[in-house]
Amino acid sequence: MSSRLVVNKTYKQFVGGAFERSESGRSYPVVGAGGQLLAHAVQGSRKDVRDAVAAARSAQGSWAGRTAYNRGQILYRVAEVMESRQAEFCAEVLRAGDGCTEEAASRETAAAIDRWVWYAGWADKFATVLGGANPVAGPYFNLSVPEPAGVVGIVAPDEPPLLPLVSRLAPVIVSGNTAVVLASERCPLVAVTLAETLALSDIPSGVVNICTGLRNELVPPLARHVAVDALDLTGCDPGLSADAARQAAATITRVVSASTAERQWAEEAAQSPYLIDAFCETKTVWHPKGR
Amino acid sequence: MESAGGFSLEYAPAPESVAPVRLASQYGLFIGGEMVEPGAGRLAATVNPATGEALAEVGVAEAVDVDRAVVAARAAWEGGWRNLPGAERAKYLYRVARLLQERAREFAVLETMDGGKPIRESRDLDIPLAAAHFFHYAGWADKLDYAFSGRRAAPLGVAAQIIPWNFPLLMAAWKLAPALACGNTVVLKPAPTTPLTALLLAEVLRDAEIPPGVVNIVTGDDATGAALVAHPGVDKVAFTGSTEVGRAIGAEVAGTGKRLTLELGGKAANIVFDDAALDQVTEGIVNGIYFNGGQVCCAGSRLLVQETVADTVVGKLQQRMNTLRVGDPLDKNTDIGAINSQAQLNRIGELVASGVAEGAELYTPPCELPERGFFHPPALFTNVSTAHRIAREEIFGPVLSVLTFRTAEEAVAKANNTPYGLSAGIWTEKGSRILWMADQMQAGVVWANTFNRFDPASPFGGYRESGYGREGGRAGLLPYVELVA
Repeated sequence: MSSRLVVNKTYKQFVGGAFERSESGRSYPVVGAGGQLLAHAVQGSRKDVRDAVAAARSAQGSWAGRTAYNRGQILYRVAEVMESRQAEFCAEVLRAGDGCTEEAASRETAAAIDRWVWYAGWADKFATVLGGANPVAGPYFNLSVPEPAGVVGIVAPDEPPLLPLVSRLAPVIVSGNTAVVLASERCPLVAVTLAETLALSDIPSGVVNICTGLRNELVPPLARHVAVDALDLTGCDPGLSADAARQAAATITRVVSASTAERQWAEEAAQSPYLIDAFCETKTVWHPKGR
Repeated sequence: MESAGGFSLEYAPAPESVAPVRLASQYGLFIGGEMVEPGAGRLAATVNPATGEALAEVGVAEAVDVDRAVVAARAAWEGGWRNLPGAERAKYLYRVARLLQERAREFAVLETMDGGKPIRESRDLDIPLAAAHFFHYAGWADKLDYAFSGRRAAPLGVAAQIIPWNFPLLMAAWKLAPALACGNTVVLKPAPTTPLTALLLAEVLRDAEIPPGVVNIVTGDDATGAALVAHPGVDKVAFTGSTEVGRAIGAEVAGTGKRLTLELGGKAANIVFDDAALDQVTEGIVNGIYFNGGQVCCAGSRLLVQETVADTVVGKLQQRMNTLRVGDPLDKNTDIGAINSQAQLNRIGELVASGVAEGAELYTPPCELPERGFFHPPALFTNVSTAHRIAREEIFGPVLSVLTFRTAEEAVAKANNTPYGLSAGIWTEKGSRILWMADQMQAGVVWANTFNRFDPASPFGGYRESGYGREGGRAGLLPYVELVA
C-alpha cells in the first residue's frame, strides 16, 4: 500500500487577472490552527499595491459601463462557482481558524455563497431604491442616481477569513466599483482561493485585485494613493486605521468602516443596500421642461 | 453705458431700504438658548464689503466657549431632543421656516450688507431657499421610517457644523435643517466675515421656542472652527469650504470615530455644443459664472465651447458682459455686487494676474467700479490652455476661462481633467447626447441646458476632491443618521 504524496498549492497574489508573486520576491509563513505551516504566502510590497490600484483603475470604466443585469449575472456566477467548490472552501476555512469546527466552516462557506447571491440581485435594483426623481419647485426634470465611486481599497477583516471578506467585497463591486483587497494578514490563503474562483467566474481582469502581506506595509500606500476613491478600513486595528484615515484625508478619500452590527457577519445586519451606497456617489441631473 | 445698438441703458439707482435691519453694536455667542459674552471677551468687527466699514462687533469664541456650546448641545440632546417624537421636531422646523418667510426682507437686506451679494439674489434666492430647506426637512422629521428601506434612522448626537461666507444663511439652513430633523443637536460656526444673519437666525430659533441648547451658534475665526472639530464631545462634523481646510479637518477627525461630510471646492466645466440655443447659452454661462460674483463652489468657471461656435459664443458673451451692472449690492438693479472681503479680492486679483502672465487674453467690460469697498469687474479669459492656473485652480470670483473642444470625447476628457467634481453644465439640443454626457461627467450635479439651480429636494455635493456626502433631499438625511437594522 503506497500513500500518494500531496501536491501543495503555491498561493499567489491576484493582480490584473493574473496570479503573481511579489515583485519584491518576498514571502511569509502562514500557520494553521494547530501551529503547522500551511504555506508561504506572498509578502506583497508597496509596488504590488500600486500595480493593483493601476489594474483596478484601468478596469473600472468598462466594469461600470456594463449593464446592471450583466454585473448581476456575473456576481451570481461567482456564487455558482463557489458552490461547486464548497468542499475546498470548507477545508480552507477549517485549516485557518483557531478552534473552527467542520460545522462552522460549512456554515461560513454557505453564508458567503448566499451573500454573493443576495448582492447579485441588487445589481439592477439598488439605483431604484437609493435614487429617484426629486420634485423640485420649478419646471425641471430632476433625477438622482447612485454611481460607483471608482476604485475602492478594502482592508479585509482578519478572521474568520471568508464571510467577512465577501461581505465587504460584494457590495463594493456590484455597483461598478473595482477593488484592491488587502487579504487578512493571518489567514490570507482563503482569499487567494476566492481569487481563483473569481478568475473562473467571468469577473473581468482587474475588477478585483487581492494582495497578501503585512498590513503595516500595505495599508499606507493604499490609503494615500490618489487613484483610490474610497477606503474600507474594517480590517484595520484602531492605530493603523487612524493613520490610514489621516493619509486618506490628503486626497479627500472617504473612509468607511463596518459598524458593530455589521460585524455580526452571519446576521442580516451585515448586508444592506446602504453598504452599496457607502461606496457610491450620488449624481443629480437637471433639465428644464418646456414646449 | 452703451449697448451694442448704441442706445442708452442707464438705470436710475434703486436702492433697497435698510430700515428693516436693526443692528446692535455688539453680538455675543448663542449658547444654551442665551446670548452670552465670549469667555475671553474678544470681539472682531464684521465689515460691509461694499463700503469697507464695520457693521458691528461679534464675539470670537475660544476653546472654552466651544466647550460650553458642545456641553449645552449634549445636554439638550440627552435631555429630550433625541427622544422627542418626530412630529414635534417637525413642528419646530415648520415654525422656523415660517418665521424666516415673515422676516425675509430683513434677512435679505442684512445678508447683502454683511456679505456683499446683490439684493436681488439674497431676496430671490438665498432667503426663500433657506426657508424652503427648513420646510422640506421639517416634513422628513416624522417620516424617517419611510426614508431607508429595512433600516431605522437613529440620530448621531452632537453635530459640529462649519459654514462658508458665500451663502451665509442658506448654508446655515442646509446644515441645520437635516441635522435637527434627524434628532441631532448642533453647534454651528458661521464664517468670520458673515456672522450676522446666523445671529439673527438665533432670534428666530428662540422665537420658534426650539429648546435651549438644541442649536448653539459660536462666531469666531479659524481657531474657533479647529477647536470645534477637535472637541471630543462632537459626534459628527459637517464642513463646507475650501478643499485645503477639508484636508486638515479630515486629518483631524481621523481615528476619532466622528462622522464627517465635506462640501469643498470646484472647477466646473460648462460645456457648449455647436447645436445649442446660443442665446440661452449666453444667459446660462453668465448665470453660471457671475452669479454671486462667481463666489460659488459650483460656479461654471471653465467654459468648454465647441470650436465651430467659439467665436460666436465669446462675442455674445462679451456683448452681454457689457450690460452687467457692477456696484452697490443694495441696488435692485445690480448684477454683480461686492467681493466678500479684501482677502478674497486679493486672491482673485492674483489669479487674474497669473492668467495674463501665462499668456491668456483678458477681457473686462468698460465699467466704473465704486470708489470704496471690494469690487471686481466681470472677467473673461480666452486663449486659455488646460495647464494655466486659471484653468486649474478655483478662483472663487467673477472670472471665466474659455477653452475649446472638437469632439464630445475631448469635451469629456477636458471636463474631467480636474481633481474636483462638484458640478458640470451641458448645453445641446440633442437629448441622447445630454444623457450620454451626463453619464460621463465626474460631478455630483449636472445641469443640462440650465445652470446653478438649487432646491431642497435635490441632492447637492461633489465627487473626488469636491468632498463627500450630499445635502438636500433624502440623500441629505444620511450624513446625520446611523442606520440600525
